[in-house]
Amino acid sequence: MFKCKTSPEVGGMGHSVKRKEDARFLHGKGNYVDDVKLPGQLTMVMVRSPYAYAKIKSINKDKALAIPGVLAVITGYDLKEYGLHWMPTLLSDTQMVLPTDTVMHQSQEVCAVIATDRYIAVDGAEAVEVDYEPMKAIVDPYKALDEDAPLLRPDKEGQKDNHIYHWERGDKAKTDEVIAKADVVVKERIYLPRIHVASIETCGCVASYDKDTEKLLVYLTTQAPHAIRTVVALVAGHVGLSEEKIRIIAPDIGGGFGGKVPVYPSYVVAIAATFLIGKPVKWIEDRSENLVNGFARDYHMDCELAATKDGKIQAFKVSTLADHGYTDSSANPSKYPTGMFSICTGSYDYEHAYAELDAVYTNKSPGGVAYRCSFRVTEAVHAIERMVDKLAAEIGKDPAQLRFENFIKKEQFPYSSPLGWSYDSGDYKATLEKAMEMVGYDDYKKEQAEKRAEGKLMGIGICTFTEVVGAGPSKDFDILGIAMFDSAEIRVHPTGKALARFGTKSQGQGHETTYAQILAEELGIPYTDIEIDEGDTDTAPYGLGTYASRSTPTAGAAAAIAARKLRDKGKKIAAHLLEVSEEDIEWEVGKYFVKGAPEKSKTIQDVAFAAYTNIPPGMEPGFEATHYYDPPNLTFPNGAYICVVEVEKETGSIDVKRFVAIDDCGNIINPMIVEGQVHGGLTQGIAPAMYEGIEYDDEGNVLNGTLMDYLVPTAVESPHWETGHTITPSPHHPLGAKGVAESPTVGAPPAIANAIIDALSPLGIKHLDIPITPAKVWEAIQAHS
Amino acid sequence: MKHTISMTINGESVTAEVDSRLLLVHFIRENLDLTGTHIGCDTSNCGACTILLNGQSIKSCTYLAVRADGAEITTIEGLSAEGTNHPIQQAFHDQHGLHCGFCTPGMIMRTVDLLKNNPKPTEEEIRWGISGNLCRCTGYNNIVKSVKQAAEEMQKESESV
Repeated sequence: MFKCKTSPEVGGMGHSVKRKEDARFLHGKGNYVDDVKLPGQLTMVMVRSPYAYAKIKSINKDKALAIPGVLAVITGYDLKEYGLHWMPTLLSDTQMVLPTDTVMHQSQEVCAVIATDRYIAVDGAEAVEVDYEPMKAIVDPYKALDEDAPLLRPDKEGQKDNHIYHWERGDKAKTDEVIAKADVVVKERIYLPRIHVASIETCGCVASYDKDTEKLLVYLTTQAPHAIRTVVALVAGHVGLSEEKIRIIAPDIGGGFGGKVPVYPSYVVAIAATFLIGKPVKWIEDRSENLVNGFARDYHMDCELAATKDGKIQAFKVSTLADHGYTDSSANPSKYPTGMFSICTGSYDYEHAYAELDAVYTNKSPGGVAYRCSFRVTEAVHAIERMVDKLAAEIGKDPAQLRFENFIKKEQFPYSSPLGWSYDSGDYKATLEKAMEMVGYDDYKKEQAEKRAEGKLMGIGICTFTEVVGAGPSKDFDILGIAMFDSAEIRVHPTGKALARFGTKSQGQGHETTYAQILAEELGIPYTDIEIDEGDTDTAPYGLGTYASRSTPTAGAAAAIAARKLRDKGKKIAAHLLEVSEEDIEWEVGKYFVKGAPEKSKTIQDVAFAAYTNIPPGMEPGFEATHYYDPPNLTFPNGAYICVVEVEKETGSIDVKRFVAIDDCGNIINPMIVEGQVHGGLTQGIAPAMYEGIEYDDEGNVLNGTLMDYLVPTAVESPHWETGHTITPSPHHPLGAKGVAESPTVGAPPAIANAIIDALSPLGIKHLDIPITPAKVWEAIQAHS
Repeated sequence: MKHTISMTINGESVTAEVDSRLLLVHFIRENLDLTGTHIGCDTSNCGACTILLNGQSIKSCTYLAVRADGAEITTIEGLSAEGTNHPIQQAFHDQHGLHCGFCTPGMIMRTVDLLKNNPKPTEEEIRWGISGNLCRCTGYNNIVKSVKQAAEEMQKESESV
């Protein structure tokens, strides 16, 4: 286990210190985008399409412009004059900023109304007259590939059908051969539904262009402010927005979860509006706009898992159809259109695997965001973990036992997975054993046998996942060509207090505390003496932002290494102060001392003061360091989750009795924060497992676009989570840490699904897609009785 | 149509001329610049806009400003004196009951009302009691612990009076 090197007062790694950022939030003094108020600020409201697919015959602005206070109505034709009516997506597709002639999904932005306040802007939006000619929408992604399906993207040169791309990894022929010869093959089509991150703060921005200075300032709900600045410069450079004149500020963010990575059309319209009007323009998304636009998941996965008759896994094959809506706007690393989906071989040791994916256009909103998961890891883990359980049921073996017999062993790390990853470390057996002990697995197995004898439905579900996070090494990972490093810049002031800035951006993860703890660990400066600053592109060093559990793996590592650079400089200063040679100086947290004479010492604060006041001859003054960290590999957190449920036969209602989550995220910086992250992720895991899913009718209308009917779990639906850890440090991360916040979102859905399906298995039910609602369970029970 | 309304907000008297349709949450946020009260939905589901009106927690996003004429209102900014914590604020800090902080003011204001009516709630009563407020970050475990701690602290305080 991890042993703290610092005192609680210094608060380095391993201490559950209270969060430094709490005070402003507790007192209503957070500064979120909607709290920003600039002089002369205008409000923008979008007119949105009621149809999923329609021609726009005309847009009449007159009645809107006649309303006092409405200053402008901006259409696609207005943007076309500047070549801004389309924008590129990160994956080489194109997305409309505002349409000129066609709308491609319900709630797509049609035009923007700019007014002196929100009420007037909404009046204006209602007064805009749009004449649509509705067309037959493609909603089912399988039908999008029909030969007679209308071509949705004739605007794209060479586009002959609605197929976007084909992707594959692994040896298809060999995998097929092994599957064909295997004793046992289990198959299933698994659907991970379209869901939404639904952060409690929606998206928004305040864009302000000063025509005199030619400077653009944008307050933006973004997880990646630096990347956004570069994107704005690339997209709008031709109209005169130059990168040094663009300042993006991500203020306090009310939850991100991947939904605040993309560039949404309304951001661009707001920037265009301030550029044209010369006054600040605020746009704040309302909840329905938020839920209906953007999405995560939406993978239809045909899975085949082959094994020997006693359950040794031999091969896994998965063929996926991905519904991307009308454009591929996934915010993925450039070389990874399907993200890290190839982690789908899971925590098990076998040789053969093949994954392929076909992406299609439909008349749905684009998005494909990495919702609290490192780019499609949730989909991958659900596939393998459901299939492993299905195999266990097929051959009549305990699912825990089956996993133990197939796990990659501790001594096999670094482990080369069949689809090309190099897993850094793990002790899967220990993690599952701990979860089984904590939940009382054997007792529940006995109880289950008794309950089944009484005709009652009780289920135990396991998920033993491996994640891949912390993108990523520059040789493989980039966004728009920019390597996915991240950065830290430390300034230690003469009095020994410090300010550190990062290229990432917290959205609730507690960076102001955990980064300070990393520096406390490395420098011995108390965490309370270190201020952390992120999110302002004018002041913070360049970085790719916070998503994919990458802050600790990348910026956290950068902090450690920058601190070590300072320590090296400090050693020279200490030698100067103590009048010995540098070789005679040793370091222990917070102070330098003379080898063999520990009473002769200088604290880090003494050294910082000397860096400004008593500088060794020839040395550059000051006590500052910066590091840009390019990780040598990704990190591979893992976990074992066990869920116990009871299902009521008469109503289909599901009661989650227990949920135990054992995570292994390597060394832990702040156990309190890690536990909190796991709790939150678990609730975001039960959400799609049992409650959430964006539903469309045949015409492409969203059926549940408000929080009235899109069921975000409350405290009542959310069970009491039980958590624990095993610790297997990452061998390549400077702190041995791995990143944690996404593991629970990835690991919980299959554990819950496996538990419910296990409960229903005596009735002959072998699979249900999530969300597994009481209605779905009831229908399945009726069909099987 | 304009109406003149008066109310007490966080102990201060306020008089203003407002449109009939102005929502109380916008009056608080835009007219009074008290931006601690948040807006998270349009359907009074999320509770980020929860305030106290005449001592009772309400969702200010579905309450017209004119209806609050004559009322006594407390928002998160008025819960404790500057530089001090109400026991509920302290408990949320101690128990890590907040991550991004966006739902926190609403959650805290709801808790004030909950504990006033039920000073010793069970875990189940806490969960139902805050079920009108959504949190997407914490998974609620630590919010429940925060409310428990606050209840205990406030109970001690009232016993010592």
